[in-house]
Amino acid sequence: MDKTIATDNWTQADLLGLEHLSAEEITTILDTAQQLKGMTNGCAKKIDLLQGTTVANLFFENSTRTRTSFSLAARRLGADVIDFSSAGSSLSKGETFIDTAKNIEAMNVDTVVVRHRTPGTPHLLAKNIRCSVINAGDGAHEHPTQGLLDIMTIREHRKKIKGLTVALIGDISHSRTARSNIWGLKKLGAHVIVCGPSTLVSRRWEELGVEVAYSLDAILPRCDVLNLLRIQFERQITRPFPSVREYALLYAMTGERMANAKDDILIMAPGPINRGTEVTPEVADGPHSVILHQVTNGLAIRMAVLYLTHEVAR
Amino acid sequence: MSSLLITNGRVIDPSQDMDRVTNLLIEEERIAAFDVEPDKGSTNGSVATIDAAGKLVAPGLIDMHAYLGEPGGEDDETIRTGTQAALSGGFTSIACAPNTNPPIDTQGTVQFVKQQAADANNCHVYPIACVSKNRIGEELAEMGTLVGAGAVAFSDACSPISNPELMRRALEYLLMFDKPLLSHPEVQELSGDGVMHEGIVSTVLALPGIPAEAEAVMTGRDISLAESTGGRIHMMHISTVGSIDLIRRAKARGVRITAEVSPQHFSLTDEALRSFDSNKKINPPLRGQLHVDACIAGLKDGTLDVIASDHQPQAVEKKMQELDRAPFGVIALETALSVVVTKLIRPGHLDWMTALEKMTIRPARVLGIPKGTLQIGADADVTIIDPDATWTVDLDAFFSKSSNSPYQGETLYGRASTVIVSGCVKFERNC
Repeated sequence: MDKTIATDNWTQADLLGLEHLSAEEITTILDTAQQLKGMTNGCAKKIDLLQGTTVANLFFENSTRTRTSFSLAARRLGADVIDFSSAGSSLSKGETFIDTAKNIEAMNVDTVVVRHRTPGTPHLLAKNIRCSVINAGDGAHEHPTQGLLDIMTIREHRKKIKGLTVALIGDISHSRTARSNIWGLKKLGAHVIVCGPSTLVSRRWEELGVEVAYSLDAILPRCDVLNLLRIQFERQITRPFPSVREYALLYAMTGERMANAKDDILIMAPGPINRGTEVTPEVADGPHSVILHQVTNGLAIRMAVLYLTHEVAR
Repeated sequence: MSSLLITNGRVIDPSQDMDRVTNLLIEEERIAAFDVEPDKGSTNGSVATIDAAGKLVAPGLIDMHAYLGEPGGEDDETIRTGTQAALSGGFTSIACAPNTNPPIDTQGTVQFVKQQAADANNCHVYPIACVSKNRIGEELAEMGTLVGAGAVAFSDACSPISNPELMRRALEYLLMFDKPLLSHPEVQELSGDGVMHEGIVSTVLALPGIPAEAEAVMTGRDISLAESTGGRIHMMHISTVGSIDLIRRAKARGVRITAEVSPQHFSLTDEALRSFDSNKKINPPLRGQLHVDACIAGLKDGTLDVIASDHQPQAVEKKMQELDRAPFGVIALETALSVVVTKLIRPGHLDWMTALEKMTIRPARVLGIPKGTLQIGADADVTIIDPDATWTVDLDAFFSKSSNSPYQGETLYGRASTVIVSGCVKFERNC
C-alpha cells in the first residue's frame, strides 16, 4: 500500500474555514483528495491510514448527508466513528456545549467534526479541546469541506480554477457554502459572481472583489460554472422574497436558460436540491450536471481533511 | 483630626481650569488649601504626606454607568467587588445601573444598594432607579419616592423605553424633580437578534448584525421628545455617526441633552469580532472605523460630554457559550482610565484637562452630585494618576468578579496610583 502522501504544505491540526488558508494549502488538500480517490478506487475501497483513531461527529444541527459523508470517509480510512447529535443528549439536560465537547475529549477521541447553527462555534471548540476540530458548517459562516469538494469538482472537469467565471446563485446571505466557495475560488484565481434577490445578496461583497448581480439571465452567457444554492426555508426568519414561484421564475436553472449558457458550462449544487425550485429535472440530470460527482468528491475531500489534520495533531 | 498633604503633583481640576504643579492639603474630609508649604501643615494632628512627584492629582473620577450585580446578579459582581474594581480604576464615585434582579424600582432596593455600598466602604455609590415599574417599559415607577430614597437619575438600564408615549411622560414627570433621564437608545425591531455591528465584517462572518440606525432612529426620537417637553435627557453609550450628528445639532438648538461614550466604543472596532470572542460582544456593538472616528470627534468638540465605563460584568460560564447565546457586556471599570490615556491622550486627540473634565465635573453635573471638583471646601475625593505607568491587562489580577474584558493581554498606559475617598486613602497601587 503506497502511503506516501505529501503533507509538507499542511501544518494545521484543525480545519475551521477556507478564508485564512493559502492557495498552497487549498491545493494540498485537493491533491491529497485526488490521491486518496485514486487509492480507494474512486472512494470504494478501504485503506488503513487512520486505523486506531476515533472520529466523533458532534452535530448540533440536523444533517444526514454531511454526517454520513464524514462517517463514511472516516471508516474508509479505518477509523472508528461515534455519532453525537443534540436531540435527546445531555445538552437537553442543561450541559453546555463546551462541557459536552470536553467529555468527548476525555474519551480520547482524536478528531471532532462539528456542525452548529452559530458562527464561530468550531473556533471556540478548537480553543478549548485538544482534539482536531473540523468545521462541518457553523451557521452561514463556512462549510470548508463543501467549498473544497465544489472546487475539486471544477478542477477535475476544467483542469484549473484560475481565470474561470464561477457564479453562486441564490440565498448568499444565509449560505455557508457560498462563503467557503468565495474564499477558496478567489484564492485560486477565479472570478466569482454572487447572484440572487437583492434582499439576499449584499452589495458589500463588492468590497472583497466579488461581482454582485441580481439577474441570472444577464450573467449567464459569461459563466463557466453555476453553483445553485438551495433556498433555505429553515434558516430564514422574515420572508425576503414573496414566493417560491417567483424565485424559480427569476433564478431557476431551466432547459430554456441552458440555451443561453456556454456549451461546456458546469451545473453544480450542494444538495439536497429542490427539483423545480433551483433547478429543473432535465438540467439536474442532464449532461452538464456534475452534482453526483460532487458527492463522490465530498467523500474524497473529507478523507483528505481527516487524514491531513490527524497527521499534524499526532 | 488627621490631615493629608499631597505634594509635588500636577494638579489638574477642570472645574476650576486649574493645571499647575502644587501641593494640596486635605483637612476634615475636605479640600482645605493649595500651595501649602510642607512644613507648615495642620497643627491639630498628624499630617500624612503623599509625594505625588511626576504624577497627576485630579478630582476623584466619577463613573456614571456601572452595573454592580446586586441584588440578584451576585455571580457576576457584588457591590463590594464592583466598588473595589472602581477604586482600582481610579473612581471615587460611581452611579450604579438598575438592571438588577429585582430591579431598582422601590425604596427598599435603593436603600439596599446604599447599605451594601456603606458596608463595602470603598467608593461612593449613587443609585440610578428605573423609569418604569419592573423595568418592563409599561408604567412609570414611583420616581418621586425613589428620589426621596436617594436615586440620582432614572433609566431602564440596558432596555430601551420603546413606547414613545411613556418616554414623553417620563421626561415631563421628571421635570418636577430636576433629575435626568438616562436613555438607552435602541430600536429593538431593528437590532433584532443581532450580535455585532452590521457591516462588511458581519457579512463575512455571517453573524446577524445590529445596524447603526437602530441607535440613531431612537436618538432622534428622544431628542424630539426632550425638545418638546423641555425635559433633561442623557444619552447613554453613544456609538454612531448618526446619533452624534443629531446630538450636535440638538445642542445647538438648546435642547437639554447630554451624552456619554464608553472607552470601548472609541478604542475598538467590529474587526475585534473576527475572533468570535464573546468578550467583544457588547450592546451597542463595537462599530466600524467611521463610527469610532465620529466618537473621537464628538469628544473633541464637546458633543459627547461624558466618558462612562458601561461596566457590565458577566460570569465566566455565561460568556463561555456560543456567540448568540452569550450575553452582551464587558467589564470596564479597571481599564477605562488607561484606555482614555492610551487611545485619546497619548495619540493627541484630547489633552488631560479635557479628558478629565469628561470623567469628573461633567458626570457630576449630569447626576447633580456635589463631586468632581477640588474647589476649597469640596469633599476630599482625589485620584492620583501615574500618567506613565505601563501595564499589561491581566484579568487574574482584577478585582471584578468577572473576567469579560476585551483588553486581555493588551499593554495600556496610565493608571491610578492612589485613590482618596472622603479624605481617606482607600486604594494604593503596589506594583
